[in-house]
Amino acid sequence: MTFRAMKVFGTSAAIGLMAASSVWATECIAPANPGGGWDFTCRQVGKILFDIGQVDQPVQVTNMAGAGGGLAFSTVVNERNTDEDLIIAASSATTTRLAQNAYGGATADQVRFVGAIGADPGVIVVAADSPFQTLGDLVEAVKADPGSVAFAGGSAAGGFDHMKPLQVLKAGGFTDITKVKYIGVDGGADAITQTVGGFTQAMTGDMSEIVGFIKSGEVRALAVLTEERVPGFEDIPTAKEQGFDVVAVNWRGLYVPKGISDEAFAKWAGRLQAVADSAEWKEAMAANGLAPFTKVGDDFQSWIDQVVADTTELSKEIGVIQ
Amino acid sequence: MDLISNLALGFSIALSPWTLMLAVIGAFVGTIIGALPGLGPSNGVAILIPLAFTMGLDATSALVLLTSVYYGAMYGGRISSILLNIPGDEPALMTTLDGYPMAKQGRAGDALVISGVASFVGAFIATIGLAIMAPMLARVAYLFGPAEYFALYLLAFCTLGGIASKNQAKAALASCIGLGIAMIGLDNTSGMPRFTYGNLHLMDGVDFLVAIVGLFAIAEVFFFIESHGKESAIGVKLEKITIPVKDIVGSTGAMLRSTVIGFFAGVLPGAGASLGSFMAYVAQKAADPDKASYGKGNPKGVAAPEAGNNAAAGGALVPMLTLGVPGSGTTAVLLALLMTLNITPGPTLFTDRPEVVWGLIASLLIANIVLLVMNVPMVKIFVKVLTVPAWVLLPGVTMVSFVGIYSLTGSYFDLVLMIAFGALGYVLRKLDIPTVPVILGILLGNHMEDSLRRAMVISDGDWTFLFSSPISIGLWIAAIAGFVAPIFLRGILKKPEIRDADELVD
Repeated sequence: MTFRAMKVFGTSAAIGLMAASSVWATECIAPANPGGGWDFTCRQVGKILFDIGQVDQPVQVTNMAGAGGGLAFSTVVNERNTDEDLIIAASSATTTRLAQNAYGGATADQVRFVGAIGADPGVIVVAADSPFQTLGDLVEAVKADPGSVAFAGGSAAGGFDHMKPLQVLKAGGFTDITKVKYIGVDGGADAITQTVGGFTQAMTGDMSEIVGFIKSGEVRALAVLTEERVPGFEDIPTAKEQGFDVVAVNWRGLYVPKGISDEAFAKWAGRLQAVADSAEWKEAMAANGLAPFTKVGDDFQSWIDQVVADTTELSKEIGVIQ
Repeated sequence: MDLISNLALGFSIALSPWTLMLAVIGAFVGTIIGALPGLGPSNGVAILIPLAFTMGLDATSALVLLTSVYYGAMYGGRISSILLNIPGDEPALMTTLDGYPMAKQGRAGDALVISGVASFVGAFIATIGLAIMAPMLARVAYLFGPAEYFALYLLAFCTLGGIASKNQAKAALASCIGLGIAMIGLDNTSGMPRFTYGNLHLMDGVDFLVAIVGLFAIAEVFFFIESHGKESAIGVKLEKITIPVKDIVGSTGAMLRSTVIGFFAGVLPGAGASLGSFMAYVAQKAADPDKASYGKGNPKGVAAPEAGNNAAAGGALVPMLTLGVPGSGTTAVLLALLMTLNITPGPTLFTDRPEVVWGLIASLLIANIVLLVMNVPMVKIFVKVLTVPAWVLLPGVTMVSFVGIYSLTGSYFDLVLMIAFGALGYVLRKLDIPTVPVILGILLGNHMEDSLRRAMVISDGDWTFLFSSPISIGLWIAAIAGFVAPIFLRGILKKPEIRDADELVD
């Protein structure tokens, strides 16, 4: 009898919790389950927007997981194209997948990218006892024998982690990029385990994924793929200063529906700038291993257009798309 | 000493009133689930996962609740074994051999107390073993590259299919169904979608929680509809419960030996608690000069398998936490939970999320003490539960399943998929094909395939790379032996058939 009572209680509690959500003025869609990067963007930005008075009511966060963000994207394009109170979390993964036609035929120009307000810098690391001392050493080794170096990364083949070493190698004058060995494992920690274990020679990922391992001394970072050295990690040189002009950061930002007015777009750009300037956001970034990276409005949209074009080109070269 | 300070951290989390309450609730619900025939730990945990999500529990709380259910179910399984001669779950199968004869001799109370104490000894020592061995095994993971992981996953399939099932061909078929389903979705190595037919819902593949709840919980409901809810009746009278001190003292050796055997059987991926209790019983019988008394109500024959299967439950958590390879059907379900919570089991789990691991270990120790109290002095409550008619219970199970799965993804597509899996589970069980290998296939299929293909990328397609390290060679041998040996051993050991054949592994 007790068991039945518990079941009934549990079920009604569950239904109660689900019914508790109601309609708010502004909605932020996180196209993934709670706990990931997109969810973080929605919850943090939503909270700060309200705290600093940019919106009148708390922002409602909706988790719409599916197809790596594709489900949310098609919902926005097809059903909510003119909703001015809707923002959707995005990152490099969004544009990479759009460029590779992974959203079932959807394209990047079906929405408007309103801004990025932080970024997880791309890194290339090797095991502490690796013979490679600089990014140049690594690139030369690949040039001499592409089969001798395998990269491990946390995304699938063709994903953002795969693109990073390819961009560096291209910048270093190596064009036969289909020869580059890359294995996609489950997340940065796994990729590091493989590299420390000697199964792969280098790991490509985001700064936030390697912080713990850098501190424990198990890996060395050969380069960070940013314009300037990252605050707090000043001893890691950029790829740029080593002669490879590559900037690859996993930005955190938002897109909005295509059909909204230019005024509404500009308003969102302004609001995002205000979040980026706030002390709360700076705190949240520091706590989560993000580096400052602010681009909003038309400036951001044109940067995105360029990124998508570059990714499409690179994806064609490695054969992920035709 | 690291262990002490880690445990201190764990207890600081586990002793919070909230976590403590979850452990008690989990232990209680788990014992009931274990006691009910047909509902084993893997069903129990699978049914409660959606509930944990809708309650919005954080990672540690969800894990504490569900592992308490897991441990509780391992305790509870013995109750229906002893009283009804129907194992509450498969690991409790061996307990029927001497437990039911004891009950028929009017010693049902003694059998329940002895098995309760044996469960405690097994689970408690195994949890300590988990605390000591897990960090050591975590370091071992640096030795595991793609080739070794592939062999390890193969071992999981082979031992599960070989040792834990009655028919190798059917287990292999079930694994292949699971592996086939795992192919659906984005392929990690090429970045291409497979078998999605342009459906965005299938891009991420089939969610294993949907499959688990469908195959276990919904299939259970179908079976209930078919049987029109026949009620279970207790044929044995339960007298006043006293503590048979002499028998407990006499079984100490059996309990300790079985604990060690069970723990290592649990650590072996895929084998789990059924193997633990089976081996513990066989070893106990072999070691005792008085072989003839087994099967006729020997208290040691009750103590050995119970200590063995509870120890295996603790052991099975070791490879799940450190390598991400489940040691049993239930830990496979728990692994699914961890991955959904964004926790990646593996060597870095112990450094990245010490509060999760050590909080879990500490709560397991506490849950064990709670379980001992519940299962010895308060055992009569659970005996009563066996009289609750299924028509009260199963509609609740159905409702929790639907609400839980919907809240997980917010998509009706998954509900349809869940019902489809329920129908599949029903058909499979009718055909006497085990469903746990299907789950294992869905859960590990991608990892296994990816490991193989990564190995091929690294080695430029050289197959000998798969056998290039001592670890992988050892795993291959163990895998083949684990699958083939039981075919020959079965005739010798005569594993008894159960009435009401239940396909669950543990």
